[in-house]
Amino acid sequence: MPRRSDARGQGLFRLTARLTPARFVAISCVVFAGLLAVWWGVTASGLVKPLFLPGPDRVFARLADLAASGQLWEDAGVSIYRIMVGFLIATVLAVPIGVLIGCYRAWEAIIEPVVDFVRYMPVVAFVPLTILWAGTGDGQKFLIIWIGTFFQQVLLIMDNVKRVPWDFVNVGRTLELKEREILARIVVPAALPGIWDSLRISLGWAWTWLVLAELVAATSGLGYRIVTAQRFFQTETIIGYILVLGLFGLVTDQAMKAIAKRLFRYAEARR
Amino acid sequence: MTQPKLSVSGLTKTFARGSERIRVLDGIDLEIPENEFVSLVGTSGCGKSTLLSIVAGLEDHDTGSVLVDGQPVEGPGRDRGVVFQSYTLFPWLTARQNVEFALRAAGLKGADLRDRALEHLALVGLERFADAHPNQLSGGMKQRVAIARALSYRPKILLMDEPFGALDALTRHHMQELLTRVWERHRLTVLFITHDVEEAVYLSDRVAVMSNQPGRIKEIVPITIDRPRPYDITSTPEFMALHRRVLASIREESIRIAQMDDAIG
Repeated sequence: MPRRSDARGQGLFRLTARLTPARFVAISCVVFAGLLAVWWGVTASGLVKPLFLPGPDRVFARLADLAASGQLWEDAGVSIYRIMVGFLIATVLAVPIGVLIGCYRAWEAIIEPVVDFVRYMPVVAFVPLTILWAGTGDGQKFLIIWIGTFFQQVLLIMDNVKRVPWDFVNVGRTLELKEREILARIVVPAALPGIWDSLRISLGWAWTWLVLAELVAATSGLGYRIVTAQRFFQTETIIGYILVLGLFGLVTDQAMKAIAKRLFRYAEARR
Repeated sequence: MTQPKLSVSGLTKTFARGSERIRVLDGIDLEIPENEFVSLVGTSGCGKSTLLSIVAGLEDHDTGSVLVDGQPVEGPGRDRGVVFQSYTLFPWLTARQNVEFALRAAGLKGADLRDRALEHLALVGLERFADAHPNQLSGGMKQRVAIARALSYRPKILLMDEPFGALDALTRHHMQELLTRVWERHRLTVLFITHDVEEAVYLSDRVAVMSNQPGRIKEIVPITIDRPRPYDITSTPEFMALHRRVLASIREESIRIAQMDDAIG
């Protein structure tokens, strides 16, 4: 048998230790199952009152009811629509602006400090203002999602563009390409995998801002249902919807990752 | 006497460092006749890469002139192909598409593109890897594609900025042999930057040694070794004598710089 240095070091704290994909998934599943077991344990034993934390059986039963009645799909549909529109508006604006200020110092001087300033203003504090400006309809949800993601996206995308090696631009110059051709055919394609990753990260935040907006002022959506459930002490619904939100976040994140893997196969480092 | 392919004369370049100005290049004169291979060697920071950038038109200079075929250089251009030290293949394109990218910029179209790209990949021995992406290629292979790309649009001069600097010793030797073979067959005008003296002597017709602070051309050593040059000539007494001579010239510089630093410090 050849000696493998890997085989000796499968400890939890061994740097660069390898793990097969199957084992990775297995470990993750065990952790989820463990958490579920703890949850079930503390509720089934009566350690925690159902009003504060109902057992997993009751939560899943409630979710099943809501799914059967169509309520869950209706709420989710409204929320997904809002997040898609809000996120798209933010992205469509942020990508060109991020590329612009990542490429040109003068534009960076004009835009970056303002964006950086706004970025540190708490999104939560904008909620009353957005209600004043846009009411309590979908427009206000889009606005909150936009405020929460656009400014972050711009800065992330600027960084993605700045990380494109200067020598890539120099190659374009030695080929006598025009500045705009260098931008379109070299800088943007080179930055694209990074930009996609930034969008994936910001989509995660968008979910948070959506629910925030729906908690404060809404007449529909997952966040709204959580607030009404609280009013009627329906803890099962609250926890069920929080789990659903987590699941949506996880699914969209994995979907974005899977798409990146297909689109940017060339960007994967060989190991 | 025919006009040199590349002519640099009285070139100076200063950089601002804090409140003072550092003279990086000071009165550089260098002429390269057509089809000559000239290497520029010197200690790190002597300004050799800056000189190459200026010749490439990627950096400007203060005084003096850079002429290609008697015409002053104004910015970068396709008459000068550049191979950079860093890997500059576009990762989203295959090896062939990388070469085609350059050819398309040079105005080629249709079937010519593909043929010429494959021809140049074959020149560097990579026709089998035409459809591989850079992440599937080793460092040496990437630089070979970069050389193919720079040669594909037939520039008048090839400028190489330590192209093998990031490669391991064995790969570097292979690359040097390959470049020598390509050069001996196709005869190009090359300005090659390196800090590896053996590499410079092996590849070049002349080796220009640069001094440091300020950067000047201190000495030009003609390399009188016959071609073709198989790699084992590196162990001949003739080669070793030239190698020693260039090395001694550079050593003088590094000692002088060290003493200068001591005097200041």
